[in-house]
Amino acid sequence: MSGPLQLEVSDLRVEIDSHMGVVRPIDGVSLEIAPGEAVGLVGESGSGKSMTLKSILGLLPPDATVTSGSVVFDGTDLTRLSQSRLNKVRGRRIAMIFQEPMSALNPVMRVGSQIAEGPRVHLGLSRAESMKRAVELMRRVGIPEPERRYRAFPHEFSGGMRQRVMIAMALSCEPELILCDEPTTALDVTIQDQILRLLVQLCHESGTSLMFVTHDLPVVAQVCHKVAVMYAGRIVERGTVQEVFTRPMHPYTLGLLRSAPDVDHPGQSLEPIPGSPPSLISPPSGCRFHPRCKFAEDDCKASDPPLRPLEGDRATACLHYERCLDQIGTDS
Amino acid sequence: MSAPTPAPAAPADPAPPPPAPAVARVRSRRARWYRQPTLMVGLVLLAIIVFMCYGAPLLTSFNPDTQNLLEPLAGIGQYGHLLGTDQEGRDTWARLLYGGQVDLRIAIIAVIFPFILGTILGSLAGYFGGWVDAIIMRIIDIVVAFPFFVLVIALVFVLGAGEKSIYIAITAVGWVSYARITRGEITVAKRQEYVLAAQSGGLSSLRIIGRHLLPNVITQSIVYAMSDIVQDILAIVTLSYLGLGVQPPTPDWGTMISAGQNFLTTQWWLTTIPGLAVVITGLALSLIGDGLADLLRTGAS
Repeated sequence: MSGPLQLEVSDLRVEIDSHMGVVRPIDGVSLEIAPGEAVGLVGESGSGKSMTLKSILGLLPPDATVTSGSVVFDGTDLTRLSQSRLNKVRGRRIAMIFQEPMSALNPVMRVGSQIAEGPRVHLGLSRAESMKRAVELMRRVGIPEPERRYRAFPHEFSGGMRQRVMIAMALSCEPELILCDEPTTALDVTIQDQILRLLVQLCHESGTSLMFVTHDLPVVAQVCHKVAVMYAGRIVERGTVQEVFTRPMHPYTLGLLRSAPDVDHPGQSLEPIPGSPPSLISPPSGCRFHPRCKFAEDDCKASDPPLRPLEGDRATACLHYERCLDQIGTDS
Repeated sequence: MSAPTPAPAAPADPAPPPPAPAVARVRSRRARWYRQPTLMVGLVLLAIIVFMCYGAPLLTSFNPDTQNLLEPLAGIGQYGHLLGTDQEGRDTWARLLYGGQVDLRIAIIAVIFPFILGTILGSLAGYFGGWVDAIIMRIIDIVVAFPFFVLVIALVFVLGAGEKSIYIAITAVGWVSYARITRGEITVAKRQEYVLAAQSGGLSSLRIIGRHLLPNVITQSIVYAMSDIVQDILAIVTLSYLGLGVQPPTPDWGTMISAGQNFLTTQWWLTTIPGLAVVITGLALSLIGDGLADLLRTGAS
């Protein structure tokens, strides 16, 4: 790891009090992002990846609380900031892009005003200045005729255009970090590709770091340098995208890779991961993946394996990760 | 979701929407606006009423307050009095028109204050929830425990008769409806993702309420305000009828009804005509409220 860290999430735990019992959607997550880096966070639905993203900016639903851990950004722990001080970070230094560009835009507010609002509030620009900036941003994200479309409402835009608006909003105050919550899931594949290219290009130009939550592995491969795989509220594997995708060291990662279609091997049949994600109220003892794991041994059920660092940036929570590597070896 | 293969010939832009949707949208909304028969009938009716009341000097040459003790209780058309005169010989037609001015003005002002107060308190309760919501909702519970008229009449009685007391009493009682509507709407709307997006953008709670939530939910309160004006007119007329509202000699429909009821068998129009005025005004405002509700409902879908 070179240079100072920009964002460091350590041992974050979140609890939700439900009538069924205490749910722990995030159970000891640690993550780090260096300036200019793009980190992907992948996992299936309910693995806690979106929750992790929201807890960074303190946007958890009211019934969820951070019970321990810290989110240190530029030397301050965001989980301990007051609402008003947190508002100086939100949008200004860390921005967020949401999954559904339709519902994440205010339906009764003009698109331009929504983009201009951030700069007005955070940078103290006048109405005219912020308007000029919004038009400039709309041009940068590739919205044609920005001067005219400034006055349009979100429903007059197509899905891809709305996501461009969301990107313009995220970039409006030149943040240091952008958190993306499955920003292209709601878009069709060609638009998805354009939006991802745009996002990567704009972040690269301004040196903005990205944290990218998705369940779509090829998207991670396209956008991110590093990736962390989440399962049942924990990170089970971490490393550079190249490493993790070619040499997965956790059976869950292997399962994810095998269950997604591969353009290079179109005839290959897909292998689903057996079973379903565990209950977060009473997770299985030991390794949380063991009931679904084909390599599971008795020791997997007995002890709860921590995320162990390996060489370089790699880390895995699997006790028998060599078997994944063996499996890759025998397959190819 | 399959792999985002770099499409060999990716289109330059994701289907740019047709060139002038903004204009088209406004035009269709306008087209719907005057095709709403209920709304149009109500508006025309109200326009006629407002014109007659505020154009009173054009429609009558009599002063509503001038007494003529030589011509008391004149019949319809007698001595040039279109609708006759009352006990003091004042022209009923003139009093009807000028009285309408007073009642309409009070009703409109009396609907604005509770609207503002209720919307503010309701949005705070809905957005913040927790103890803010608990306190505001308990106050609302206390207010709605009493029937509207009982509380308004009691308050005006305590504050003393007059226009100012009517405003205070109606505001103190009427805000609860707006607060409940706004609270309910905001409780739902605050779960929308655009609110989360606004929060992630570092906007203050007040800005999110004022700029993002209220514009989305205010229509319900506006529709309700139309039917609330009807209730306010009734309240004002009732208070005046009971002698707690507009004080003589200022003309007003309520005092006219109460003054005329002694002569109901002989001069029935002294009571019936102002009563009809109340009914027609109420009808006009109800039609506007209904039409507006229909319009906004179809507009929303």
